[in-house]
Amino acid sequence: MTKTNRFRIGNTHMALVLTEEQSMLRDSARGLISDKAPVSHLRSLRDNKDPTGFSRELWHSFAEMGFAGLLVPEEFGGSGLGYVEAGVVMEEIGRTLMPSPFLATSVVAASALNRGGSAAQKSEYLPKISNGSLLATLAIDEGAKHRPLQVNLQAVRAGNGFRLSGAKALVLDGHVADLLIVAARTSGAAGERDGLTLFLVNPKAKGVAIERTIMVDSHNAARIELANVEVNADHVLGEVDQGAALLDGVLDIGRGAVASEMVGLSEEVFNRTVEYLKSRKQFGKLIGEFQALQHRAAELYVDIEITRAATMKALQALDADVAKATSAVAVAKARAGTTATRAVQEGVQMHGGMGMTDQFDIGFFMKRARVCEELFGDANYHTEQLARVRGY
Amino acid sequence: MTDSSNSDTETAELETFRAETRAWLEANCPPEMRKPATSDDDVFWGGRNAKFSSEPQRIWFERMRDKGWTVPDWPKEYGGGGLSAAEHKVLRAEMGKIGARPPLSSFGIWMLGPALLKYGNDAQKKEHLPKIAAGEIRWCQGYSEPNAGSDLASLQTRAESDGDDFVITGSKIWTSYANYADWIFCLVRTDPAAKKHDGISFILFDMTSKGVTTKPILLISGYSPFCETFFDGVRVPKSHVVGTINRGWDVAKYLLQHERAMISGMGERGVGRPLGQIAADSVGTGAQGKLDDSMLRGKIATFDVDEAALAACAERAVDLAKAGQAHPAFSSAMKYYGTELNKRRHEILMAAGGIDALEWESERSRQGARPRAWLRTKANSIEGGTSEVMLGIVAKRILDLPGA
Repeated sequence: MTKTNRFRIGNTHMALVLTEEQSMLRDSARGLISDKAPVSHLRSLRDNKDPTGFSRELWHSFAEMGFAGLLVPEEFGGSGLGYVEAGVVMEEIGRTLMPSPFLATSVVAASALNRGGSAAQKSEYLPKISNGSLLATLAIDEGAKHRPLQVNLQAVRAGNGFRLSGAKALVLDGHVADLLIVAARTSGAAGERDGLTLFLVNPKAKGVAIERTIMVDSHNAARIELANVEVNADHVLGEVDQGAALLDGVLDIGRGAVASEMVGLSEEVFNRTVEYLKSRKQFGKLIGEFQALQHRAAELYVDIEITRAATMKALQALDADVAKATSAVAVAKARAGTTATRAVQEGVQMHGGMGMTDQFDIGFFMKRARVCEELFGDANYHTEQLARVRGY
Repeated sequence: MTDSSNSDTETAELETFRAETRAWLEANCPPEMRKPATSDDDVFWGGRNAKFSSEPQRIWFERMRDKGWTVPDWPKEYGGGGLSAAEHKVLRAEMGKIGARPPLSSFGIWMLGPALLKYGNDAQKKEHLPKIAAGEIRWCQGYSEPNAGSDLASLQTRAESDGDDFVITGSKIWTSYANYADWIFCLVRTDPAAKKHDGISFILFDMTSKGVTTKPILLISGYSPFCETFFDGVRVPKSHVVGTINRGWDVAKYLLQHERAMISGMGERGVGRPLGQIAADSVGTGAQGKLDDSMLRGKIATFDVDEAALAACAERAVDLAKAGQAHPAFSSAMKYYGTELNKRRHEILMAAGGIDALEWESERSRQGARPRAWLRTKANSIEGGTSEVMLGIVAKRILDLPGA
């Protein structure tokens, strides 16, 4: 299954259903993830206060199966697949809430390096991502909400390079990453498109302070502070001052992937809830016999189906042309946000008191959905984005 | 997909079809027919008494009919275009690109045709399908009755056997355009002793038959698209039953799936300019071209997100059906969401129009087109099965919830 292009789709008339090859990919991802990382895996990492926060052993299995380098071109040791395929894996991750470097390293960082990197940068980092030996992550957010143009971390020219100072939050896997891709401001003011630059920063460099943040969803993130961190000029990713376009594409890829995770999460929590409706008895009846609950379940089903279609549409749009996928991605991430929020709320409500207990898994889904909603822009952000694109 | 050279050939053929279709549409679709329909006059329904509201409407209809593209995916022997699902999708997309109107609207195309193709015998198909395709006969649907709405299967219109004929007595309600229709496809009770689903037959007859009368119903929109229809001893040959006598419920359900698919499309059909632009005309824009009503802007954007997502889902539904992976009850899910979305669209249009959208009778308001359309959409979530019935079907047939 590794390092071939057997999952690639070369058809411009893509149907909004998985191809046979994509279904096989899904089955193998599902097999591995449901076997090795059911929700109990996340629970045990949390309960044991695991310092890594994910299983490195599983990550090596991911690499062996060609998932770590799924988006990396074959010439750099990857599988050379597309965003639909990345979405397939993300959806399976969403079903069991498996903490994994896949999103930060294999989707976001790999895309940033592949799309913006020089030949030297690509050949240095991409093979290591593919074989699972390098964890990388994008450091973008600074304020409470995702506002990519509001970057204010300063990069000042110094000698042959730059000196970076400022702070980042919600840096995925930031506590273990081997490479930070830091969005910084080389000119202009916060809010402007011009003047953004991406830097490749060694987390062990002098002046880098990393604080692991234990998050509500027990997934992995960190706050990072840079104080006069020296970065060589050849560690600029892409062009100085012109990082916004690269960032747009990379973030849209990340958004499509998170939307897929949310579809998987929503469907799983929904399936568990429907099963509960079919087994829990009150007033001498299965609670699934009550029309009030039937209709709410049916509405949620429709919501999930529509969101799944919108997400596939966005991933196909990304595969066709990342630069033209903004609207489709905004629709998908906005829908994924509202749908997942509804799914987890109905999940807890319909499980009644059991849904409130830590012993039941439903709460884990609610917590992860909340984080996914904030990741790379929430439903409000993307709904507003669509209005902006459509010019009203 | 197993043989890449095969799929490459298919892709190339489809691209050729796309180019030819685009060129043909460009040459043959009159410019007047590339604007969204704004009134009933803009829709051509066909039938014995059909009149074209304009010369371009006639030309467009006749050219499309001659190509078989009033019913592009029906077999050629019945007046269709014989297109594959993929070609049909290309044609729809190309028509959508230039905003081409459907050349012919008809319940024969949307509802009866698919049911006849599946359940009709050879004689019935040869008799009726070509006349539907050519717009010669306009059909109406005799389903609901005064005491059989959501509980359709409790219908009481009876058909009594008399030699080679059935004699039909009873009444139907909400019969769309019955007063203009030439023929009716009708559910009648042929076995009053059987359980309610088991004694129903699906029968076709001419609306000029002795004993048929229609009476339009005035709606809150001020229009009368629906009728009460009365049958007083209408004599119909038994050969007009589609499918097996007393098994009409199977035909009825199959047809309802098509009806629901048709109605679900309303959420994404018949609109020209985007809502955001329409709203900008009346509420104005401020800094950076943003609507001067931020709450309305948010509602429109949320609507646009949902509309785009529904369009993707409708596309996926077609692809799933093609791949043999569709759930037969999925059209109920789409019908529910599409109609609720269309009601939202018109609530937004009313809010955006404000005072200007309140005029009922004036040239300026095109005789109250906007408020009348708004009121009309309230029926979307009732006709063809209410939203509540749709959700019940999803709960029972797709989610397999108990006792539903």
